[in-house]
Amino acid sequence: MNESCRVETVRDGDLAVVRTEGYINREGGEEIERCIQTLLEAGVTRIVLNLEKTKIVNSIGISILIEVLERMMERKGALAFCRLTPTIDKTFRIMGLAQYAGIHATEEEARSALSAIA
Amino acid sequence: MPSKEVSLSIPSAPGMELAATAQAEALGEAMRLSRDKIDEVKFALVEACINAFEHAGQPAGRVDLRFRVSQRPGGAEMLEVTVADRGKGFDPASVEPPQLAQKLRGGNKRGWGLKFIQSLMDEVEIRSTESGTTIVMRKYK
Repeated sequence: MNESCRVETVRDGDLAVVRTEGYINREGGEEIERCIQTLLEAGVTRIVLNLEKTKIVNSIGISILIEVLERMMERKGALAFCRLTPTIDKTFRIMGLAQYAGIHATEEEARSALSAIA
Repeated sequence: MPSKEVSLSIPSAPGMELAATAQAEALGEAMRLSRDKIDEVKFALVEACINAFEHAGQPAGRVDLRFRVSQRPGGAEMLEVTVADRGKGFDPASVEPPQLAQKLRGGNKRGWGLKFIQSLMDEVEIRSTESGTTIVMRKYK
């Protein structure tokens, strides 16, 4: 039994939106990581991770997202999450993730917040 | 109200945690638990299963689950989920609370499971010996 994660990206200059669909477990996290690594190597520095179509994540997938965040911080980039389910939102806040990455209600809000970063 | 109980045994294999969450969802809906509470139970259950898979060790290992809807003495309904493995056990008191700041400085990124379980459920009991670990998690309606 599995529910694979699909990832779609839309790039706009040095900002990109990564939209996920499905379970963010180890495989899902690695798929997101590969996708974001490609964007970073292409010069993207600001990334919105839209989890609207992801209803469940696990701590292994989250650990990979932390690696992604660490890599972006090393490159002085910025990461923002949006469209989280209430439980994923609560979990990210329990972790203290909001201190290091934006957490926004909508993709538009997340894009605006990242665009405002010099 | 008589309690409703379902038992399930799943292989210790990635992805099987979703079979467990399907059962939790069905019982949660039957007792009219709110959607957010059902999702919190599912999240905590995924973490308990992942821990059990890792502790159960061998590929042929199995994890035993029990779901029980019952009423507590005060009258509120609750969903109780028990996850048991036959692994080597661990000392819950020795598990250090994860710190994101530390993990973002190159440390091990894992270690969030117990924190999530304890934060998302109303009551959690962990019993661990050299012959296995049992986690009992309760969510009140």
